[in-house]
Amino acid sequence: MTQTRTVSRNKLFGIPLPAGHTGVDLIISALRIIIVALIIIGAGNTLLEGRFTFEQWLALLFAGLAQGSIYALIALGYTLVYGILRMINFAHGDVFMAGAFTTVFLANSFRQSGFLDSQPLLAILILMGFAALVSMTVAVLLERIAYRPLRNAPRLVPLITAIGASFFIQYTFRGLFGSGFKAYPTVAFLRGTFSVGSINVPIAQLFVFVSAIVLMICLYWLVERTRIGKAMRSVSEDKEVATLMGVNIDLIIVFTFAIGGALAGAAGVINGLFRPQGVNFFMGFFPGIKAFTAAVLGGIGNIPGAMLGGMFLGVIEAIGPNLVLNGLGIPSANQLKDVIAFTMLVLVLIFRPQGILGERLSAEKA
Amino acid sequence: MFPSICLVASLLVPTVASAAEGLVCRDEIACVMIGPDDPVTIAWMLVTSGANSFFGEDSLGGIEIAIAQREGILLGREIELIGEDSQCTPEGGQLAAQRLVANEHILAIIGPSCSSAAEAAIPVASRAGFVLVTPTAVSSTLTNPDRDSGGTWMPGFFRTIHTNALQGRMAARFAREILDAQTLATIHDGSTFAHDLQGAMIGTFIELGGEVVYQGAVNVGDTDMTAVLTEIATHGPDLLFFPIFQPEGDFLVAQAQYIPDLDNTILMGSDNLLTPGFVVATGEAALGVILFGPNVAGETYREFLSLWQERYGAEPPGGFHAHAFDTTNLLLDAIESVAQVGEDGSVLIGRQALRDAMTATSGFDGITGSLACSPTGDCATAEAIGVFRIGEPEVFEGRWPPELVWTPATGGPEEEA
Repeated sequence: MTQTRTVSRNKLFGIPLPAGHTGVDLIISALRIIIVALIIIGAGNTLLEGRFTFEQWLALLFAGLAQGSIYALIALGYTLVYGILRMINFAHGDVFMAGAFTTVFLANSFRQSGFLDSQPLLAILILMGFAALVSMTVAVLLERIAYRPLRNAPRLVPLITAIGASFFIQYTFRGLFGSGFKAYPTVAFLRGTFSVGSINVPIAQLFVFVSAIVLMICLYWLVERTRIGKAMRSVSEDKEVATLMGVNIDLIIVFTFAIGGALAGAAGVINGLFRPQGVNFFMGFFPGIKAFTAAVLGGIGNIPGAMLGGMFLGVIEAIGPNLVLNGLGIPSANQLKDVIAFTMLVLVLIFRPQGILGERLSAEKA
Repeated sequence: MFPSICLVASLLVPTVASAAEGLVCRDEIACVMIGPDDPVTIAWMLVTSGANSFFGEDSLGGIEIAIAQREGILLGREIELIGEDSQCTPEGGQLAAQRLVANEHILAIIGPSCSSAAEAAIPVASRAGFVLVTPTAVSSTLTNPDRDSGGTWMPGFFRTIHTNALQGRMAARFAREILDAQTLATIHDGSTFAHDLQGAMIGTFIELGGEVVYQGAVNVGDTDMTAVLTEIATHGPDLLFFPIFQPEGDFLVAQAQYIPDLDNTILMGSDNLLTPGFVVATGEAALGVILFGPNVAGETYREFLSLWQERYGAEPPGGFHAHAFDTTNLLLDAIESVAQVGEDGSVLIGRQALRDAMTATSGFDGITGSLACSPTGDCATAEAIGVFRIGEPEVFEGRWPPELVWTPATGGPEEEA
């Protein structure tokens, strides 16, 4: 059968466009050029001005990587659930909060008893395990009570339910632990700095980065190298075929929520040791949004993508305002760090709509 | 039904005699009739959801303790306390005010917590004839009646907390005259309160010969302050003033210790951080931080704190509970002073009379000091404000409040009410 290619005759403001191009294509191309030009001009101006030293840029980079590690760990929960169920679990930020908020009491009792100072590594491992358990429990209950009954409902229904569940978890924890701010104790060995030449990196930042990388490698190994990981991937590909192959779908979905929750709980403790302040029932809201952004940036449904997206977002937030916005002469540049983070999201998505490492999804999966 | 009929009738013909024996409403606005067996209804509109909810709970505790001290009784009947979440937003303030003014049994409203909510709530409450009295909203514009200069005051609005204008001038005088700071950097968080306060501070700081080298902002919800602190460090200010809330203020102080070029910069926050929780959260990073805010002390305050501990089993979550306590007592006293009691036990309270009684407040003996209200609703005393420095006893021994290093009485600016 012969196919005839239609020659486009689209026009923009009365001007004929090149064949095969629409007005939207042209606008997106213009947007790409404008954003890239603004970034180059802003960065160029800042670097030529020379107000920031090389050490300051490096300090910002390390701070961004540490913050990005937290985003990445939370983003893994979004991406795992999306990979299996094709739904955005907007309550995942609150699963992170559940572990972090509950464990702050245990952490402070460890400090008071002296256990945190005498056996810091063991204490941190216990705290991470406890937080992972709490968050895992919340995530599994969330799946069982809020999402499973809606599994075959239209996609908007579980999405709205997730937002409702988010509020429910927040205010349940406020009822349990109050609305005041709590703080994690500072651990002595995390207070210092690690020096390489003239560059000083806070050990807490290295700790976050290394812990996150270790957890991500463990997750990657679990998904790629184990039998249950293979089952997860099969459910992600095609639930019906996976069922025919003898995979227990419900079990795999519960397992996915549990793993995502455990990672979020561990991230809660890592975050608490890195940035001890600000532990309250609302602490999952903003990191949740950022982590979701990171997951989309990296390519939602893709595990290395979530890691990369988180790191990328953290670094852009730390460096972007001072590098780009200062150079463009924008006042209060750091208040606009979300603007630059989301502009980068737009930029990445107009060049690669599937995200940095995402695959083009088939109509069925998307 | 009976009070509402009376209210409607009194709105139409203010001098009409009420059904209750011997009571006549001659109020310019309206009267609230409380039947012999009905409670006295007071409302609050505070932030009780979201990240700032601790702020509302702090005030609510003060209100509840004040009522409990009267054993929940006013004018021989039970005090009914109802509330709405006004959040810390204009939308929240407007919605809460609209809901509350729709209830004609309510005599007066305590709140809102935040200046942004107050700006939206004032017109609604004022036009409905209510008294709205806040223990915490400090933006200077709220009690400024001049629309041309951004004022939002309307009749019926009062506050028992000092203004940003006073705080800002105090902070600038302290910075220039005591700390001898030549250069200043400021950070706000986009809220009406913080923006207004840093503006007031900057104005006086420049008048006194100082130089402002950086004015920036962070977002509510930010946890990483490295970028903004690094930018500030490139300007090397003598003083960094950040009138922002917890937890952003906690993050800022905790992370400033890792920015080497800020070693010689003095950190100065405002009343938002003047709570033991700030020191618990920031630990050694809080050493040397200057904070100014409510200077409430004395035996009565200690008694209040023990009542709080007894009732709630914890420390107050914020620093304004004493103002909320005073607000409630001031309001309840004003209600008592204007109430007309009928032969059958009914009570009639005029809304304009209540406003007038509030405005006439003078020499009210509260735990924050001696309160007197101005015609535009400023009832706070400048006695209850001071500058504190966090030292080792606060960080290592849990002492609170911190050392008081300066008050208006010991050399502060002469302030109008």
